[in-house]
Amino acid sequence: MGLLSDPNRRRALIGMLTRLNAPICLICYMAGVAWFMGLAFEPFTLRTYMSENAMGSTMVEERFPSGERALATGREFAAHKKKNGGMPVDWLVRTMQSRGLEVFTQHFSRKLPFPDEDKERYMVKGTNVYGILRAPRAPRTEALVLSAPCSPGNDNNQAVGLLLGLAQYFRSQIYWAKDIIFLVNEHDLIGMQAWLEGYHHTNTTGMDWSPLQGRGGSIQAALSLELSSDVVTSLDLVLEGLNGQLPNLDLANLFYAFCQKIGVLCTIQGKLPRNDWDTTSGYSHAVQTMMLMVLKQASGRPWGDHGLFLRYHIEAASIKGVNSFRQYKTDATTVGRLMEGMYRKLNNLLERLHQSYFFYLMPSLTRFVSIGYYMPAFGLLAVILLLRALDLWVQLSSPPTKTEEGGIEVPSSPGVLSILTPLVISHLTGVALYTLPILSQELAVEHFPVSETEAVVLTAIAIYTAGLALPHNTHRLLSGEGTEQGWKVLKLVAVLYLAVLLGCTALINFSLGFILALTLVPLAAFITPHVPKALSAFVMVVLSPGFTLLFAVFFFQELQETPVSVQEGWMLFLSVISQGILDHALYGSLVYPLVALLVYPCWLLFWNILFWK
Amino acid sequence: MAAYRCKCLGLWFFLYTLLVVDIDADVLHTAQVTDTEYTGADAETVLASDLPNPPQDTGEQTAEQTTEGQQDRQWEATEVQEEHGHDASDHHQAVDPPSFPPAKDDFKEELVIRPLHSGDIYASFQFRTVWDTDFMGEQKVSHYRLFPKSLGQVITKFSVRELHISFTQGYWRTMQWGQPYLPSPPGAELWVWFQDTVTDVDGTWKELTNVLSGIFCASLNFIDSTNTVQPSASFKPLGIGNVTDHSFLRYATLPREIVCTENLTPWKKLLPCGSKAGLSVLLKSEKLFHSTFHSQAVHVRPVCQDPQCRTTSMELRQTLNVVLDLHTSGQGKREWSLFKMFSRTLTEACPLASSSKVYVDITDNPQGEQFELSPATPLLTQAVVLGDRRTYSVYDLTQQATFGPSRSLNTLLRWKSTDGDMLRPLLHSERYVAGYGLQAGEIHTLMYNNHPYRAFPVLLLSTVPWYLRLYIHTLSVTSKGKDNTPSYIHYQPSKDRERPHLLEMLLQLPPNSVTEVTVEFERALLKWTEYTPDPNHGFYVGSSVISALVPSVVAMDTDNTLERPLFSSFFPCKEEASYFMRIYTEPLLVNLPTPDFSMPYNVICLTCTVVAVGYGSLYNLLTRTFQVDEPSPGLAKRIANVVRRMRGVPPL
Repeated sequence: MGLLSDPNRRRALIGMLTRLNAPICLICYMAGVAWFMGLAFEPFTLRTYMSENAMGSTMVEERFPSGERALATGREFAAHKKKNGGMPVDWLVRTMQSRGLEVFTQHFSRKLPFPDEDKERYMVKGTNVYGILRAPRAPRTEALVLSAPCSPGNDNNQAVGLLLGLAQYFRSQIYWAKDIIFLVNEHDLIGMQAWLEGYHHTNTTGMDWSPLQGRGGSIQAALSLELSSDVVTSLDLVLEGLNGQLPNLDLANLFYAFCQKIGVLCTIQGKLPRNDWDTTSGYSHAVQTMMLMVLKQASGRPWGDHGLFLRYHIEAASIKGVNSFRQYKTDATTVGRLMEGMYRKLNNLLERLHQSYFFYLMPSLTRFVSIGYYMPAFGLLAVILLLRALDLWVQLSSPPTKTEEGGIEVPSSPGVLSILTPLVISHLTGVALYTLPILSQELAVEHFPVSETEAVVLTAIAIYTAGLALPHNTHRLLSGEGTEQGWKVLKLVAVLYLAVLLGCTALINFSLGFILALTLVPLAAFITPHVPKALSAFVMVVLSPGFTLLFAVFFFQELQETPVSVQEGWMLFLSVISQGILDHALYGSLVYPLVALLVYPCWLLFWNILFWK
Repeated sequence: MAAYRCKCLGLWFFLYTLLVVDIDADVLHTAQVTDTEYTGADAETVLASDLPNPPQDTGEQTAEQTTEGQQDRQWEATEVQEEHGHDASDHHQAVDPPSFPPAKDDFKEELVIRPLHSGDIYASFQFRTVWDTDFMGEQKVSHYRLFPKSLGQVITKFSVRELHISFTQGYWRTMQWGQPYLPSPPGAELWVWFQDTVTDVDGTWKELTNVLSGIFCASLNFIDSTNTVQPSASFKPLGIGNVTDHSFLRYATLPREIVCTENLTPWKKLLPCGSKAGLSVLLKSEKLFHSTFHSQAVHVRPVCQDPQCRTTSMELRQTLNVVLDLHTSGQGKREWSLFKMFSRTLTEACPLASSSKVYVDITDNPQGEQFELSPATPLLTQAVVLGDRRTYSVYDLTQQATFGPSRSLNTLLRWKSTDGDMLRPLLHSERYVAGYGLQAGEIHTLMYNNHPYRAFPVLLLSTVPWYLRLYIHTLSVTSKGKDNTPSYIHYQPSKDRERPHLLEMLLQLPPNSVTEVTVEFERALLKWTEYTPDPNHGFYVGSSVISALVPSVVAMDTDNTLERPLFSSFFPCKEEASYFMRIYTEPLLVNLPTPDFSMPYNVICLTCTVVAVGYGSLYNLLTRTFQVDEPSPGLAKRIANVVRRMRGVPPL
């Protein structure tokens, strides 16, 4: 630190940084992106390994025999579901009771803030049924959860059948050390949210639920099973949870270990692990897998019923059966044996899963990138903001230079008002974007021929667009002309604000932080009032959070190999916005408030700088 | 003030009733079995075949005795005579040196089998040794016969008035199994009343726990001041005695204690017959620990020696309760036999026992529609247990006829019906931790009163370790949506690393209601050496204890259609209007904020780097005053200055 203490060297260093600011920023940006793309390159990643000793060396035998009977139970369940037109509560209670479980039900109801057109629900009323297998000689302090959703239509009947079959088989075993809770939740995530809130007696989202009667202590791990066919070709593991939280990597390792042991094809993001990393196609496969994970994580929504467990520090994952056109099929008995093996190992846990990583990206099921490897990619982007801030700071603090063109540099410091006004106004716009869509839906429905959902989404887009007129409003409020100093101070504030904002976001949800940084950082770096207005305005709009979302939608569809036309993409974009708002209201996802209340106002600040007078 | 006094009075009355009811229950019990009382004198002769060093050479006689029923009957006759003689000589024996104490101790064994509603089976062993001796007397007790010497010495050395210790693996499922005969919390529980002659109770307690830890091969030495409390009302002496000064009481639980064969063996060693004969042959660990619930306990207490209660005897009651599960027993057949339960059958009574019986609860099965019991026994007995009148089939192991031609008793119970609905016990409870995150939380204790019209009082005792900092101002008690003010609260705040929170409350549970007691807490950050070796497992909070006076089922019977004399049925209250019941809630497992112990090196490195680089340089920049030096002179100028100094001229 002698470097900074010595004024001469400090001056030299700062001089260099300000002189070479633009090239350094450019290099940093490219290095950041390159680093990120390198993460998927196999030699740079680590192989997954089991960290938890309790699950590693202990061998378990899988003996689950009755897959066929489980499927028959599943068919019976389907018949009762059809007859009841929903969850066959009585049948489930009876069936679970006859399998020797302690059975309880929970009723819940929830009125959505506006109708969900994707899932066609508005007033949701349902019942969760769960049965607890009490472990012998255990004092009800620890539990594991196995859940299967009771989905509408013909989905997931096999999952419920297998769940009941496993319950019957597990019940006759003596080795359980933790209670096992078999949960059939109605209305997928809403039911799960109600059950988890009831179990932990919290109410974060204002849902109505009846209190639970039976509990099994602190839940150590949970798996959610989704199975819609009698045979499967592969099993897909879903890890991404609410707000981009991930379960401990050991859960993924456990799944992979058993797939290997039993000989089931297993995928993540629907993509099989490949060995040909040194070919272009192998590399691009890994990139695609990783990008899918990044996009899913950035969305902040739970991608399976497991996603809501993570808030309660319960390691959870969803296992989805995939039935494709492959020749090789796996029957329900094998899937049951896989589940049995996983539960027996989880049962062996002496402590909560904590040994392995909580922050990681997976370019394939066998490879992972830990936080120490991916954070530099973000750091390289974030450092650009700091460099720009340093540059501005130096420009602001250096004495006014006499310029040759005779321009008079007025050293008057800009009024607080000139900084505060855009800050306050852009944040008020953000608040409007956050609150108005839901509040004004009735008004919009009255005056325009749209449904409630459309009203909410279109209001959001309208407010978002209206924010573009902000500079005019700001200037009307400001007394004098904006000064050269003024925009620099404002930009300094905005750049530091963005740096803090992105830094915090990346710590919680790396993917979201990185994607936002990817678009917002270049914009924050180059914007000044002196760049060509029209072109810059266009670039800014294209790089705004809203358009980032639009591109992400198209990109995601492309990666999933289900490309969409522009029209479909636009509809998808609208539904993603409504889902985002709903996720926030129903499960407490933070992406919508984050974007509306912080990221968007921050972007508006830069917009303001562009139109600085 | 008046109201306060009333509450106090109410409390004392309640406590007094607890005591009385308990003693009553005890008297009832003894009265019930007196008809088949035997004395140790005869038992001793029987013992001869089993003991390695028989006191008298009566080997032949015993051999004959086991084969012939005729002689058996003769023995019963002589026994009665001797009993009379013993009664007569009772007075001078008290002063006699214990050289020959034939009639002073008595051993009984008993097994109760209760087929449970869920199809499971509950087996409860009770072994009772009563010794008419005064451990605290002038005379040093040194001659032991039936009473285990190891315990006797402990009682003498530590001046123990009453000692209750239980080791339990599993949680009693009240909703499926009803009430246990002897409740116990998961893990180990120890409570002791010391004699009022003890001056340093805490020191004695510490020593006692260490000694007991050795005797029972258990980790009772982990009992220290951080988990010991002195309940003011919940634990009253179960034996006779009128002590109310709870400073002589110590109570501790270890919810984490795991019970296994190593605890069973020393427990079995305390039995007069060991595991050689009598009911204790059934206590084979491979079956006992293949159960869903296992609890073993030792209770020592003073009891009345005679109906007038002039002198006291010491009673040692060893109990072992197991619940065997139908589903995990395999085989698929819905039937239980002694062999299937314990992989042994009974062939004889313990020769030292004055009474040895097997009871099978057949109350729910009057016409044999629920299950079928074989071999059938004509002997029936009735008893009021836990407020309910129960009927039992009795197998007297001292009768040769019991064993039948195969010379072994293998009671078989075959289920006919299959319903596994949940019960609605009058009182049951539930406890859990609410909230998420590692900062705060809330402990909820729910108590259900399922009685249709009667409210009853309960005493709730909860002990919470100091590292959960209870916010006692957030304590709330609600029933049916309304506040329920406890009529008595005893709260002792915790001291960090010294003592736990103790909260005792006397509550009235309204009929047909759920009473919820909630209190918020904050999780403390421990010092790094205070974490257990498996900190991510969580930390245990012991079970809460709910002691209640529950209206008895017999008294609840208001069915007027039943045939009964009119004069007996006007007032709804009966003699045993309510009975004492103690239930334990689940222990809790709470996660505390835990540092990542797996990478201390990384943590240390990172912290040091951050401190050194970040803080150091910033501090440096902030505090140092910077001055611009003169630019250092060139070489020529320096040489010139040296020359000038030599010349004595001021430098340039």
